[in-house]
Amino acid sequence: MKEEALHPKTIAAQGFRQIDLKKKTRLSESVIQASLFFAGILSILITLAIVYELGKEALLFFNDPDVTLMKFFGTTKWQPGIGQYGIWALVSSTLVTSTIAILISLPLGLAAAIYLSEYASYRARSILKPILEILAGIPTVVYGYFALLFVTPILKSIFGDALQVYNMLSAGLVMGIMILPLISSMSEDALSAVPNSLREAAYAMGATKYEASVQIVLPAALSGIGAAVIIGISRAVGETMIVAVAAGAGPNFTFNPLQAAETMTGHIARISGGDLSYNSIDYTSLFAIALMLFLVTLVLNLVSQWVVNRFREQYE
Amino acid sequence: MNQQKDYFPEGDAFYASLRSRYRAAGIWQFIFLSALLAAIIALTALLYNVVDGAFGYIAYEYKKSPTEFTSTPINELTQEELLVILKDNLSAGAYKKLDTEQKMETRSQSDLLSLFMERLVRIDTKGTWSMTESLTRGAEIQAEVAEKYPKATLEFRSWLTPQFLVTPMSSRAEFAGVRTAILGSLWLVGIAILFALPIGTGAAIYLQEYAPKNWLTNIIQTNINNLAGVPSIVYGMLGLAVFVRVLETFTSGAMFGVTDSNGRTVLSAGLTMGILVLPLIIINAQEAIKAVPDSLRQAAYGVGATRWQTVWHHVLPNALPGILTGSILALSRALGETAPLIVVGASTFISLDPSSPFSKFTALPIQIYQWTTRAQSEFHAIAAGAIIVLLALLLTLNATAIMLRNRFQKRW
Repeated sequence: MKEEALHPKTIAAQGFRQIDLKKKTRLSESVIQASLFFAGILSILITLAIVYELGKEALLFFNDPDVTLMKFFGTTKWQPGIGQYGIWALVSSTLVTSTIAILISLPLGLAAAIYLSEYASYRARSILKPILEILAGIPTVVYGYFALLFVTPILKSIFGDALQVYNMLSAGLVMGIMILPLISSMSEDALSAVPNSLREAAYAMGATKYEASVQIVLPAALSGIGAAVIIGISRAVGETMIVAVAAGAGPNFTFNPLQAAETMTGHIARISGGDLSYNSIDYTSLFAIALMLFLVTLVLNLVSQWVVNRFREQYE
Repeated sequence: MNQQKDYFPEGDAFYASLRSRYRAAGIWQFIFLSALLAAIIALTALLYNVVDGAFGYIAYEYKKSPTEFTSTPINELTQEELLVILKDNLSAGAYKKLDTEQKMETRSQSDLLSLFMERLVRIDTKGTWSMTESLTRGAEIQAEVAEKYPKATLEFRSWLTPQFLVTPMSSRAEFAGVRTAILGSLWLVGIAILFALPIGTGAAIYLQEYAPKNWLTNIIQTNINNLAGVPSIVYGMLGLAVFVRVLETFTSGAMFGVTDSNGRTVLSAGLTMGILVLPLIIINAQEAIKAVPDSLRQAAYGVGATRWQTVWHHVLPNALPGILTGSILALSRALGETAPLIVVGASTFISLDPSSPFSKFTALPIQIYQWTTRAQSEFHAIAAGAIIVLLALLLTLNATAIMLRNRFQKRW
């Protein structure tokens, strides 16, 4: 027999207590939801604050009659105190150190990821992975110490006097070691996400483990690996302490890794460490550099997310 | 037929190609493994380098002999005797400066003794050697020191001592310690977590439990992922502009009647760190909340719980270990960050413990940076000592996080 829903009026007529089943609005629930929403939206406020503050000071910098975009992007000497505003003096060093870092960390990180994801036994993984995690957890200032007091002396014995005490090569190499765990763990995630059926199909065709890994699994995971590399570049560009300690103090437009040159981040750290008077050209120029850094890393991060979403192979 | 033969070799040709393929596979496996070996070597070299720097020979002379000040042997000097010696021999200005830092009468015997050694006897370090050098060419070093500095004492010294942990900073490496720096770091991390943990957890709850699927939620989520990738020095610039300058009346404590400071306080730095770790805490908390199975929520709704009751009584308690683990990891990130602190304005030299949120501050990584960039090798030695302290702190934090995770990890 089919049960019939009783109409509220019928219930009332039959003498039952009437229950209001409408959703009540509860004040405390709304207050809580509102404050949670505020916590969520705060991250956007932080981004806006970054853009606003950096933009405001950078605008002050570019509004200085002495500073022109032509000078900023067209010359190669940076010394705001005496009217030299060529950002390339700092960008060149950032480019050199980041390139060295990626040249080190990409092949090593990728190879480590392939080994961990395709070759290593469960036991081997449980020993090897924590080592990478420890590397990832070491503060960058410690890497700076390592670069200056361990790597540089070794490089000195190889290159001799051509190598300056502070140099981009040692900073770049150590930065590569720092980024290695990042690239390897992101690449490993991408490789592990490739379904086993692909590997099994390759083995069934008689492929060796190397052929299956490199010719089948690697291409399938390429979007994730690409994203890892882009994030790695973004990390290298924004890295401060290693270059502040080991790459040298003083802007220097050179692409010779054996020389000392200050990167964008290193410059900000050195200048802001001293006593700065607000509204001086030195102060506002730092914000112009920071804005550039922010935009570059933002674009890199967005591109990396876009790469993952756009080129991801869907297997399910 | 001929063409097919190229693709499918037969007989000897087949085995030859198989052999070369296997050989390639073996070589590449070794290459992949060696990348990991390279990482292990790098890690070992780094740790060795730090330990190597923290112990070793030091050759030093006294500028003045202790006997010029007192006839009692150094180790038997009492607090009163030391006070008298210091008062008699230090210039009035220097004594007064020390007295305002901390009343001389309240200082401990060991504190006074190191002041005596530092200011009056004045140790003069002639050279330091790393542990490896000291162990492998000890005799050579002894001969070298005996020849170059006949009056110098050579001794094997550990730069990392209990004394190192409890003494405040000093301009002489031989007497410097990391007490102020450790306390500064604790203040920083404490303020950062007080700020970031509630807000981060709140944001994660909103995104996982409340947020509708719309463009705004999408933007918030993308934005959080991007914030996690912003270079730390940019956060430093944000802190400098907002906390140090705009909110100076608040962060310097002027609002609360503190008069002797500017915006470069431990509060500004802590809040900057809080903002820096916020995205990490949100992302980790989101993962933890995501791992709580839907059946729990549905059961709660089924017995008539409101949304917040569901979250507060069922989702949060189950997600808590994950959220805490994530927060501890975020803490260890904050503990090691250096660049934002430099920008926000960590003091290069203070010997006073931070006592309130409005104190000037220094932090362990700042000290390491300062000492590493000094030219004298004795400062490199104490930098190595400070690095060991920092790494030990980080290791403790991370071990706690891992234990928490293993202890409370649930399999649904």
